[in-house]
Amino acid sequence: MNLKVKIGNLELKNPVLVASGTFGYGIESADFLDLNQLGGIITKSLSLKPRKGNPPKRIAETPAGMLNAIGLANIGVEKFIEEKLPLLTKLNTKIIVNIAASSVEEYVECVRILDKEEIDAFEINVSCPNVKEGGLEFGRSLSKVGEITGKVVASTNKPVIIKLTPNVTFISEFAKVAKEEGATAVSAINTFVGMAVNVFTRKPKLSHITGGLSGPAIRPLALAKVFEIVQNVDIPVIGIGGITNSEDALEFLITGAKAVQIGTHNFVDPSAPIKIIKGIEDYLRNFNFKDVNEVIGSLQLS
Amino acid sequence: MFQTLAKVVEKRILTDQIILVTLRSEELTNNVKPGQFVNVRVSETCYPYLRRPFSYCDVERDTFKLMFTIYGQGTKMLANASIGSKFDVIGPLGNGFNLDDDFENAIFVGGGLGIAPFPFFTRVLKNKKNIYTYIGARTKEFVVTYGLQNYKIATDDGSIGFNGNVVELLKNDLDKKFFNGKIKIFGCGPTPMLRALKQLSEEYDLICEVSTEEAMACGFGICQGCPIELSDSSGFKLVCKDGPVFNVKEIKL
Ligand SMILES: Cc1cc2nc3c(=O)[nH]c(=O)nc-3n(C[C@H](O)[C@H](O)[C@H](O)COP(=O)(O)OP(=O)(O)OC[C@H]3O[C@@H](n4cnc5c(N)ncnc54)[C@H](O)[C@@H]3O)c2cc1C
Ligand SMILES: Cc1cc2nc3c(=O)[nH]c(=O)nc-3n(C[C@H](O)[C@H](O)[C@H](O)COP(=O)(O)O)c2cc1C
Ligand code: FES
Repeated sequence: MNLKVKIGNLELKNPVLVASGTFGYGIESADFLDLNQLGGIITKSLSLKPRKGNPPKRIAETPAGMLNAIGLANIGVEKFIEEKLPLLTKLNTKIIVNIAASSVEEYVECVRILDKEEIDAFEINVSCPNVKEGGLEFGRSLSKVGEITGKVVASTNKPVIIKLTPNVTFISEFAKVAKEEGATAVSAINTFVGMAVNVFTRKPKLSHITGGLSGPAIRPLALAKVFEIVQNVDIPVIGIGGITNSEDALEFLITGAKAVQIGTHNFVDPSAPIKIIKGIEDYLRNFNFKDVNEVIGSLQLS
Repeated sequence: MFQTLAKVVEKRILTDQIILVTLRSEELTNNVKPGQFVNVRVSETCYPYLRRPFSYCDVERDTFKLMFTIYGQGTKMLANASIGSKFDVIGPLGNGFNLDDDFENAIFVGGGLGIAPFPFFTRVLKNKKNIYTYIGARTKEFVVTYGLQNYKIATDDGSIGFNGNVVELLKNDLDKKFFNGKIKIFGCGPTPMLRALKQLSEEYDLICEVSTEEAMACGFGICQGCPIELSDSSGFKLVCKDGPVFNVKEIKL
């Protein structure tokens, strides 16, 4: 049975990846699952210089999900290369480094530095809703997404995946721009802007007031975004949003995502990605598929 | 760290408000330090979705106890669990209290359910150090003494013990030179209490460690959701991984 999928030149041993910001720098969950079995690991968003992140409260639980306003707390590219990458490159899985920056130049600089390292691809986060300074949410501007994609693609030979925000009217327009500027694939989606209020204190539950909504609550919304892109743009899509088990993952694959990422559920069940890979295998066996690629995009619309 | 199913073997209602649940698991009881915690998946569905953190209240052979009040849906589900049911639990998590300092007198200060880690701590330090326990509560209905020894009580309304807060009660004893030998303070409770302990420990030049609380998603350092600010404002540490126990000097309270 074949579980391998190809995203441009990037070959994954199976279509199950772990999402940026929900798996640390890649090795912290090693007590709970065999990292080598994953299709790939996407690291926490890195910026050129370390970032402290937002003050507490950074998270709040909501129905079937959570809000987060971490504020891209991270150790910076240099420390990542020194302290984290040596362990990551020993693993037998694809390492995709996620980058978030506050200017086009910073994206390019990060990619140039990391391009020399033993990593397999870049995921470019143009869509973090939680950072105030520099108007980081480039993801809502078609021209900015185009410019960032073009310049990053020109700075590396490795595959470039653009991670899109759902906080726009037509996400497929952004996927189209990413494709035109040479992106290998798009990831859909990052979190939805959300908010919650503590009625006892009458204050927002997050210090940043609004945050990113993730978890099962967003799965149908995420699936509709993936569907919109698949129907309108010929570019590989990696589906993300509220996936908790293999059935959830299969919804995205059937809709046309080439691969999926597990996010918030890594906090709830750190061994979930492996269970999901096994569940997909069982599904293929039970329904007599020889290859996961037979399932991808097999959505029956009539 | 382990992720495993732990079985509910006993439940006790300590007061109207406070419940003690005993769970069994070999992995989760091996090499545990006082001050460490577990992260419990209270529901297999999406409500509530995130795990709930609880201190190891006591550890005995292959069982451990959790002590809690019913706040919201998560603690309600745990309180309603039937004997024999199982919960998916991750642990042991966090750093735990540090026992390497030079001290003869361990002073435990617990505010409200902040006393939760001290029954286990008492078991570990018994016959090794002098233990003095200070319990603070709103009224006598909220006072639990389960597993504690040599304790004094303070209540906000004076319904039992000292009329005032628990840090004032400890200060009185420090003024009276009540303790013989070197002292280390271990605190756990609401932030205003920890802040008062920080002040007290600075005033009397005593070593003081406190167990802190912050909302958590993962409990082991992957979400960056549980920051606590360093006292020199240089950045944040993570309560779940770098803590929950910190030297009070290190953090802003
Ligand atoms: C390291 C660590 C160790 C811990 N150890 C323990 C322990 O040993 N024992 C223990 O009891 N707890 C402990 N806690 C706290 C414990 O995790 C929470 O009590 C638990 O998560 C509550 O879950 P819940 O689902 O019942 O309530 P939630 O629903 O998560 O939260 C509490 C609810 O109370 C509501 N609420 C009701 N009244 C008020 C009010 N007046 N003001 C504000 N909010 C109000 C809030 O809106 C909220 O919905 C610990 C926490 C940490 C971080
Ligand atoms: C706590 C937290 C931190 C996150 N940090 C990042 C990040 O640093 N970079 C990024 O591109 N996405 C980040 N995300 C978004 C996730 O990668 C994912 O796109 C989103 O959570 C939706 O998937 P889910 O519902 O499966 O969690 C974060 C999400 C959460 C919950
Ligand atoms: S709770 Fe996730 S990092 Fe602390």
